Amino acid sequence: MSTLYQASESGFYGEYGGAFIPEMLYPNIEQLKSQYLNIIQSDDFQQEFIQLLKHYVGRPTPLYNATRLSAEYGSTIFLKREDLCHTGAHKINNAIGQVLLAEKLGKTRIIAETGAGQHGVATATACALRGLPCIIYMGAKDIDRQRPNVSRMQMLGAEIVSVESGSKTLKDATNEAIRDWINNPVDTHYIIGSVVGPHPYPEMVTLLQAIISKEIQEQAKKKPTHIIACVGGGSNAIGAFYHYLDDEEVQLIGVEAAGHGIDTSMTAATLALGTPGVLHASMTRVMQTIDGQVIEPHSISAGLDYPGIGPLHAHLSDTGRVLYHSVTDQEAMKAAHQLSRLEGIIPALESAHALAYLNNMDHNSGQTIIINLSGRGDKDLATLTNGISDETE
Amino acid sequence: MKLNEVFGANQRVLNIYISAGYPKLESLGTILPALEASGVDIIEIGIPYSDPIADGPTIQRSNSIALENGITVDTIFDQISACPVKTPLILMGYFNTVLQFGVEAFCKRCHDVGVSGVILPDLPLDLYLNRYVPIFKKYALHNICLITPETSEERIRQIDLHSSSFIYAVSSSSTTGKNKSVKDAADYLQRIQSMQLSSPLMVGFNIKTSDDFDFVCDYAAGGIIGSAFLLALEKSKDIKETTHQFIKAIRS
Repeated sequence: MSTLYQASESGFYGEYGGAFIPEMLYPNIEQLKSQYLNIIQSDDFQQEFIQLLKHYVGRPTPLYNATRLSAEYGSTIFLKREDLCHTGAHKINNAIGQVLLAEKLGKTRIIAETGAGQHGVATATACALRGLPCIIYMGAKDIDRQRPNVSRMQMLGAEIVSVESGSKTLKDATNEAIRDWINNPVDTHYIIGSVVGPHPYPEMVTLLQAIISKEIQEQAKKKPTHIIACVGGGSNAIGAFYHYLDDEEVQLIGVEAAGHGIDTSMTAATLALGTPGVLHASMTRVMQTIDGQVIEPHSISAGLDYPGIGPLHAHLSDTGRVLYHSVTDQEAMKAAHQLSRLEGIIPALESAHALAYLNNMDHNSGQTIIINLSGRGDKDLATLTNGISDETE
Repeated sequence: MKLNEVFGANQRVLNIYISAGYPKLESLGTILPALEASGVDIIEIGIPYSDPIADGPTIQRSNSIALENGITVDTIFDQISACPVKTPLILMGYFNTVLQFGVEAFCKRCHDVGVSGVILPDLPLDLYLNRYVPIFKKYALHNICLITPETSEERIRQIDLHSSSFIYAVSSSSTTGKNKSVKDAADYLQRIQSMQLSSPLMVGFNIKTSDDFDFVCDYAAGGIIGSAFLLALEKSKDIKETTHQFIKAIRS
C-alpha cells in the first residue's frame, strides 16, 4: 500500500481534497470518516466483499496479452479487462463495497449520481442484490445519450431522477444527489462513483478500486513499463495506479478527454485547463471562469464529461508522479474502432481515450504497456456506429 | 448601524435574503432601499453561484438568472457601494467564488463597502478556524455559521464559542425552499433555546408567512426569509411595491 500518497487526517493530498461541506452534511461525513476504515478493514466485511468480488463480479479480471494490438504498435500491450466485470465496468467494485458499508452503517436507502450510467447500473445492481431501494440521479442529456444503461437501471428496479439543471450532465446529477443527501441525512447513504467529493470519499473509493492494481501485480509476469488509464473523476485510473505509486520505475499515465481539443471551449481536460477551486465539496483542479463559476465541460464520453477531477490526481499531477495527457473525441472514436477490429473487444468510449494515447507514444519491443480497459462499449454503440457512417460519407 | 446592535434593541429581527443580480442585473439598487424603507433589520445578499448545493429550486433558479444577467462578485460590491443603506448587510455565498476573488481581497471589499458579515455554508468551521480567522478579524467581518437539527450539542457549543454575531439555525434537515412546515421544528428550537447560547439565534428555511415568523420569534431572536421573498419578486411587476407588501404582511 502506498504511504506517500495517503490523505492527511483532514483529507488533504497536498493542497487538494478536504471536506468543504455545508453543516447539513457534517454528521453524515463525520460518521463515515470515523467508521468506514474500521468497517472495510474488518474480517467480516473483507470476507463478504472478497466472496462477492470473486463469485458475483467475476474477479480477478484477466490481464490479456493483446497480440494484434501489440504488433500494430511494436510494443507488448496488455489489457486489464475491467470490461469483463459483471455490469461491464470497474464501477461495480466500488458499488458493492459501499453497499456493504451502508448496511453496516445501518442505512436503508441508497442514492447515487451517474454520468455514463455505468456507476448507476453498478449501484442499482448492488442494491438489487441486497434488496435496498435505489435512487439514481442522471443528467437529462446523459439519459438521452446512454439509453441502454437507463433501461438496465430500470430493469434492476432503480428509480431514475432526470436532472434538468445546469448542463444536465454529471456535474448537475452530482449536485442533485448531494441535495438529496442533505434532505435525507439519517436513513440514506450516498454512493459517490468516483474518487471525488468530500473526504473520506476520495480515499474510500481509492481503496475499493485498488484491487485493480493489486491483481495486476499478481498477474503480470514482468513489471510493466507503463500503465495507462482514462481519467474523468479518476476512479479506474487510481485503481490501476495505486499499488504502483511508490514504484517510480513504472510510468503512470492518465488520459483526459480533450473533447474537440484543449484549445477549444468544447473540452473536459481538467488538469490541462483547470485551476485550484472547490467543486462538490473538495479542493481540486476545476474548469471555471475567473469568477469561480464552474464551466460546462464537453466530451463525447459521458463518463469523462466532468469539470473537476479527484484531488489525489490533482496532487499526482502537481508532484509529477503521474503524467496526464489528453486525446480528442475523434482520436477516442478511432481507437474504439481499432480495438474492435484488431482484438474483437468493443471498449467503452471512456476506455478508448486510454487506448488512443498509444498513438502519442514512442514504442519499442522492450516496453510492456498495461492499459486499464475500464468498461465495455455496448452502451456507446449508438455514438460509435454513428461515427462509422460519418467516416464513410 | 452595526449588525450586533440589531439584537440588543429588537427581539423580532427580520432578515431578508435576496440574490444579487436578480431579477435584473441592477435590481439590488431598487431592492436594498425598498427593504430598508419597509423596516427590515438585516439584509442578506446572495452571491450567485453555478453549483449551489445547499439550495433548492427557487434559489437555484434565481442564481442562474442572475448569472445569465452577468452578475459578478465585483459588480455586487460596486452595486452595494453605489447604494448606501444603513441596514446591516451580510453576504451569503459559496466558498469557491470567494476563493477565486481572493479571501483577503473579498474581506477587504466587504469592509470597504460596509458589509458586516458573511455566510459561507461550505466553508466548514475547522477550515475557517485553521486558515481564515486573522483575515476576518483584520476586516472586522463576522463569520456566521449554520446549525441544523442534526448538529450535536457539543458542536453547537463549539460554534457558539467561535461566533461573533448570530448563529443561523436551519429549521429542517433540507435544502432551501422545501415545502416543509417550520412548526415541525418546535422540539429542535426548544432544545436550542434551552441551551442558552451566548450568540443570538436566527432561524431560517421554511418561513413563508407572518404566522411562521411569529412562531420562530418565540424561540429565537428572529427569522430569515429567502425563497418566499424571491417567489414574490418572481411574479412582481413593481419591485418596490411588492417588497413593501411582502414585509408588511410578514410584520402584521
